[in-house]
Amino acid sequence: MKAARNAKAARDAKAAGRYEPYSYFQLMEASLRELLVEKGVVTEDAIAGAMAAMRARGPERGAAMVARAWLDPDYKARMLANGSAAAEELGFEVPGLRLIVVENTPGAHNVIVCTLCSCYPRMLLGLPPEWYKSRPYRSRVVREPRKVLAEFGLKVPSTMAIRVHDSNADMRYMVLPMRPAGTDGWNEQRLAGLVTRDCLIGVAVPRLPKSPKKPKSRKS
Amino acid sequence: MGSDPIFRVGDRVRVRKAAPLGHVRTPFYIRGHAGVVERICGAFPNPEELAQQRDGLPAQPLYRVRFRQNDVWPGYRGSTADVIEVEIFQHWIET
Repeated sequence: MKAARNAKAARDAKAAGRYEPYSYFQLMEASLRELLVEKGVVTEDAIAGAMAAMRARGPERGAAMVARAWLDPDYKARMLANGSAAAEELGFEVPGLRLIVVENTPGAHNVIVCTLCSCYPRMLLGLPPEWYKSRPYRSRVVREPRKVLAEFGLKVPSTMAIRVHDSNADMRYMVLPMRPAGTDGWNEQRLAGLVTRDCLIGVAVPRLPKSPKKPKSRKS
Repeated sequence: MGSDPIFRVGDRVRVRKAAPLGHVRTPFYIRGHAGVVERICGAFPNPEELAQQRDGLPAQPLYRVRFRQNDVWPGYRGSTADVIEVEIFQHWIET
């Protein structure tokens, strides 16, 4: 009751632009950070730089790997055998990352979740979206994946198996989607532009941008 | 228990049904279920030990185990070919 009142008071204060006291974990973080700076272990600039780099990172690296795999069957084979080595091959540093790439085929669609927390290949895809960390996604996609994917706008035909991958321990995962039809002759960069973050998690598949609708010819 | 994997790809294995306290990376929903080893990921320090500030050694072999969704969830709605793949440490597999 008291906690609920406090939370509401904090929300109201924030909405009104007033001072808001640190939460427990914010206070812990600030204290530890200030200590590390004071002791010369890190600098404020280094921390700010690392945070900015983390926030700026998007799914472009993962998308580049997918586009390369679509164009180069040998690279694709290496990527499916060892995802981390395939990332490094394109010049992406992924220290400590144990990446498994799972391939979508006409017979199987893959989707990634971390049911225990929010494990995600951040070095390649950037920060995970909020919904990836949410309890509803984490608890539902393992037991009713077809329904959850439909809510994302992805209807998986019943002839296609769904493989859910729980990133629950030391591995990290990325989906290799199928190359969409109608992209013959596209170069790597253009192909990579089709591969969104959601495609790499497996809650979407790459689609060609919709061509502008022709006005319907009306009879009568 | 040492670091050598005692199961091979394709082996049918069952996850221990246990509920120890602490930092456990074996999800509740998969405990007690049987599946097939999909691949061997290597060996990693035991997370339950790491969480207690110990070294987690000897490293535990880590498997990816493939389970049929119909076996895991009563009344599962979907294709009978649907699967869920979960990382299971060797000490969580019944021997």
